[in-house]
Amino acid sequence: MARMKFLCDAERCIECNGCVTACKNENAVPWGINRRRVVTINDGKPGERSISVACMHCSDAPCMAVCPVDCIYETEEGVVLHSKDLCIGCGYCFYACPFGAPQFPQAGNYGSRGKMDKCTFCNGGPEEDNSQAEFQKYGRNRLAEGKLPLCAEMCSTKALLAGDGSEVADIYRERVVARGFGSGAWGWGTAYERKS
Amino acid sequence: MNRASLHRALSCLGIALLMIFAVGVVFLGSLSLDSPAMAQSQGKAPGNALGNVSDPEFWRQVRRGSAGTVSIPDKKAAVLVQSGGESWRVKRNGPISRYGAWGLVATVMLMVAFYLIRGRIRIESGFSGRLIRRFSNIEVFTHWLTAFAFIILAITGLNVLYGKYVLLPVIGQESFAVIAGWGKFAHNYIAYAFILGIVMEIVLWLKDNLPDRYDAGWLAQGGGLFKKGVHPPAGKFNTGQKMIFWMIIVGSGFNIFTGLNLLFPFYLMDLEQMQLMLILHSISGLLLMFVIIAHIYIGTVGTEGAIDAMRTGYVDENWLLQHHSACVPKKD
Ligand code: HEM
Ligand code: SF4
Ligand code: SF4
Repeated sequence: MARMKFLCDAERCIECNGCVTACKNENAVPWGINRRRVVTINDGKPGERSISVACMHCSDAPCMAVCPVDCIYETEEGVVLHSKDLCIGCGYCFYACPFGAPQFPQAGNYGSRGKMDKCTFCNGGPEEDNSQAEFQKYGRNRLAEGKLPLCAEMCSTKALLAGDGSEVADIYRERVVARGFGSGAWGWGTAYERKS
Repeated sequence: MNRASLHRALSCLGIALLMIFAVGVVFLGSLSLDSPAMAQSQGKAPGNALGNVSDPEFWRQVRRGSAGTVSIPDKKAAVLVQSGGESWRVKRNGPISRYGAWGLVATVMLMVAFYLIRGRIRIESGFSGRLIRRFSNIEVFTHWLTAFAFIILAITGLNVLYGKYVLLPVIGQESFAVIAGWGKFAHNYIAYAFILGIVMEIVLWLKDNLPDRYDAGWLAQGGGLFKKGVHPPAGKFNTGQKMIFWMIIVGSGFNIFTGLNLLFPFYLMDLEQMQLMLILHSISGLLLMFVIIAHIYIGTVGTEGAIDAMRTGYVDENWLLQHHSACVPKKD
C-alpha cells in the first residue's frame, strides 16, 4: 500500500503560487483560509529560497494525538483527514502542528474559531467518496478518482511532488545526484521520522 | 608518401591532439572546480548569486522556526516549522495526564484514609441549638457562585483532557463530540462567573485570611486535626482554612490568566507562549482540583456542623466555640 507524502524541492520552487491557487480552486476553499502557502526565506537576498507548504500528513501526527474529540484519523494511505461534524474548534491541532497547517474560519475571539480546515491531500473526508456533502465540507476527493493532489500536478517547475512516498523519494534522489547537491527532503525529518 | 597515407597520418595526429586536449580539460577542470564559470558548465546555478550548494545552516535555522515572508495576510504562516507543539504534546499527553490522573485518585484515597483513621470530627459538646451568624448572605452567595462555576470548569476541563479515553469509548464518537462541544462552550463562558466569584472572595475574605496571632499556636498543635479534644483557638478562619484560601486564590489567578489568554489567542502572546499557557493551565487546574477535593471533604463529611455555615450562613454556637473560639461574639 502506497504511503502518500508531499515533497517541495526548494531548489526548484519559484514562488509562483500556482499550487496555492490550484488548491483554492479545486477544493473551493473558503475565503480567508489557505490550505497551502508559499514561504520565502531570505526574500530578495542572496540565497533566497521558496517552499510550498501545507499539511504534510505526518506519521504519528501530533494533531491527532492532541485532538480532544479524536476526530482526526489516518487513512490506509497515510493521509491525515478529519471530521468537521465532530470537531469542536478547540484549536489544539493548530498548537501541536509543526507546519501550521490547521486553519480556522474565525480569527478566534472568545475561542470560537469554527470548524478546523486543512489540506486533505485532495482526499475529502469521512463522507461518501465524491458525494456533494464531502465536496462541500472538504473539497474534491481526487484520490478516490485515481488522481493525485492538484497542487503538485499543476506545479510548473515540478518543485512540488505528491504521491507514493518511495516514488517521490526516488525522483528527488535522482535530482540530487544530477545536481550534485541537495537540501535534504525539506520537512521530511519533522513529518515522517518521528519516534514510535 | 601518397595522399591516402598523408590523410591517415593527419587523422591520427588529429585524434591524438583531441585526446590530449580532452585530458587537459578534465585535468584543468578538476583543478578549478570551484570557479563559478566551471560550476555553470556542470549544471549548477551560475555564480554564487543563488548559491550552488545546500547550506546546512540555512536549513537548521528553518527547522528551528525562523520565519520567512508570505504574501497572504496571515503573517504567522511565515514560520515553516515550529517544534514547540511537539513538546507541548509530549508533556500534556505524557506526565501531565498521567500524574494528573494519579493525583486525583490519590487525593480521594487520602480523604478516605483520613476518614477511616480519624473519623468525622464531631461537635464534642453536642449541638447547643443556639445559632450564630457566621456568614452574610452575600458571602454565602459568593461561595456557591464560585463553587458551582469551579465544578463545571473542572468537569469540562477534565473532559477535554481525559474524555477521549474515558467517556468516548462508552458513549461513542458522535455523542461525545456533542457533549465535548457543549462542555467547551460552558468552560469558555462559565469562566466569567468564576472570575467574578474569585474577585468577590478576595474583596470579602482577604482581610480575614491575613496572618494573625493564633496561627503559630494552631500550626504547633497541627490544628487539632490529628487528636481528639485538641482545639487551638482561631479567628474567623483558622490557619488551615487560610492556606486553602491562598492556594485557591493563587491557583485560580494562574488559571484565570492562562485561561483568558487561551480565550483570546494571539492577543498578547505568540504560539510558543500559548503552548506554555496550555501547560500551566492544565497543571494549575489539576492542582486546584486536589485542593478543592480536600476542601469539600473537610467542609462536608469531615467536620460535623460545618456545612451549615454555607447552607444558611448560621452555625451552632458550640461548633463555633470549638473551631473558632476567638471569633465567638461576646455574650452579654
Ligand atoms: C477562570 C477562567 C478560565 C478560563 C478563561 C479557562 C479557559 C480555558 C480554555 C480556553 C481552555 C482550552 C480548551 C477549551 O477551549 O475549552 C481550557 C482548558 C482547560 N481548563 Fe480552563 N479556563 C478557566 C478556568 C479553569 C479552572 C478553574 C480549571 C480547573 C478546575 C480549568 C481546567 C481546565 C483544564 C483541565 C483544561 C484542559 C487542558 C488540556 O487539555 O491540557 N480551567 N480552559
Ligand atoms: S502537518 Fe500538521 S495537520 Fe498535517 S498531519 Fe502533521 S500535525 Fe497534523
Ligand atoms: S480544533 Fe477540531 S480537529 Fe482540531 S484538535 Fe480541536 S476538535 Fe480536534
